[in-house]
Amino acid sequence: MSGFRQRPFEKGIAQPSRSCFEGRTAGGIALSIASSGCSGIQSALDPAGPQAAHIESLWWLMVWVSAAVLLLVTLATLYAVSHGRQARGLDAEPEATPDPVAERKRALIVAIPVGMTIVTLFGLQVASFTTDRTLASLSTDNAVVIDVIGHQWWWEVQYVETTPSLRVTTANEIHIPVGQPVVLRLQSNDVIHSFWAPNLAGKKDLIPGHETTFSFKADRAGVFRGQCAEYCGYQHANMGFLVIAEPPEQFYAWLKKQRAIPPPPDDPIRQHGQEVFLASTCSLCHTIQGTPAAGKVAPDLTHIAGRQTIAAATLPNTPGNRAGWIVDSQRIKPGNRMPPNPLTPQDLQALLAYLGDLQ
Amino acid sequence: METVHKLSALAYPVAVVLLLSGCEREERRFREPPPATTAIESIRLSDLQPGVPTPAPAIANPYEENAYALAEGKRLYSWYNCVGCHFQGGGGIGPPLMDDQWIYGSEPQNIFATIVQGRPNGMPAFGGKIPAYQVWQLAAYVRSMSGLVPKAAAPGRNDGMSVKKPEASVKGQPPKKTGRPP
Repeated sequence: MSGFRQRPFEKGIAQPSRSCFEGRTAGGIALSIASSGCSGIQSALDPAGPQAAHIESLWWLMVWVSAAVLLLVTLATLYAVSHGRQARGLDAEPEATPDPVAERKRALIVAIPVGMTIVTLFGLQVASFTTDRTLASLSTDNAVVIDVIGHQWWWEVQYVETTPSLRVTTANEIHIPVGQPVVLRLQSNDVIHSFWAPNLAGKKDLIPGHETTFSFKADRAGVFRGQCAEYCGYQHANMGFLVIAEPPEQFYAWLKKQRAIPPPPDDPIRQHGQEVFLASTCSLCHTIQGTPAAGKVAPDLTHIAGRQTIAAATLPNTPGNRAGWIVDSQRIKPGNRMPPNPLTPQDLQALLAYLGDLQ
Repeated sequence: METVHKLSALAYPVAVVLLLSGCEREERRFREPPPATTAIESIRLSDLQPGVPTPAPAIANPYEENAYALAEGKRLYSWYNCVGCHFQGGGGIGPPLMDDQWIYGSEPQNIFATIVQGRPNGMPAFGGKIPAYQVWQLAAYVRSMSGLVPKAAAPGRNDGMSVKKPEASVKGQPPKKTGRPP
């Protein structure tokens, strides 16, 4: 340990680089990791709306200011090391009676950076405050109001309507119209969660017993991933969701389709699937509109086949994944609230056929 | 002085071992097989028996010693709306569950059967709608309400708003057999 610590002083700081290639690969990897955060479906640096754009500008401002500060501090440190008392050939012992002129100079050397620090931090605070005010000033006229309820470990999504029969309930997938503001009313059913779709806006906590509201707007169509950003238990890391921004006409068509109750199955296999659903443990927790299944503690499955993912944006919504999830979800997300369901192959296939048709 | 030093040298490893033993109280097993699925067959609702009266076979519910299972039972108690009738154990529409009166028996398998089969005058049959292991978790939690499970395992605080004392601080109430609805 001590040998390692002394090495730079013994051999000098400027060692010949052991391998230029090594350094370049490491740099390349670091760069690619850094830039992979700049685009994509879950990135604060690829804004798809005005709120996220404000946050992005603030983020870049802070990055550049911090980088400049780091550079200055590093240069000052290097200067101090290379121009120390020893380097200048002065006595290493401290002066017993300091020279007042030199002391004043030193005080100035300390005072100027302290002043610069205060001014910089104050400037960043003003920028942060201004960004916050800009975020709060988004007009919510003609907004789509959506209730988002956090559960361990999934998101319940309800499109608010004054007529109860027009209310749409879905899960883990939020469709929004492009160019129209969205107001989220956030609630939690158990512990504190946090809603974070970085491409669209910042974070907002979902607090049990206290509704919070949150508004944002999408400027362009796209599928964006969001994530619970407040540790909430075992499957916090897999508590994701999708925000699907689409042109208004497409959004309202989707909403209309969601309001429709799926027709009863008309072939024997899917009819058997529905029987399995209603007769087994599924129906006590899940809802399928138009059937007696009306459980409110698990995701609404009325239009399950129309969603892109299952298990809170953990798995693509394919028949195989649905089967794996139904039979033994504890293998996929240990600790989640869905019990294993040891169904017979016939029952499982019928159930899958039934669920696969709930568009 | 020398012995004191020796003793303190010994105290360190002992303290470390004691502290480490506290790191993991128990394991949370998410795919645990339920204690018994044949409980229903050994349930007796009547004291009358053919032939010589024999004691009922006891079925232990290991979930009663497992804090995670008890906490899960507590969650399921609200989840499946037991609260709707029994309230937080004090009773309302359904009989209270936190006292010493047991109409259909206080043994784990009695509670299991009551949940699965339902009982006259309002208790629905949950059989086939709740997996067996969850019924056992519920049975364990119901017994914790009257202090019949180890204190170390019983829920020590409520997750949500506190409406009553946590189960861990409930005094054990030896069951009284009543055999009839109040």
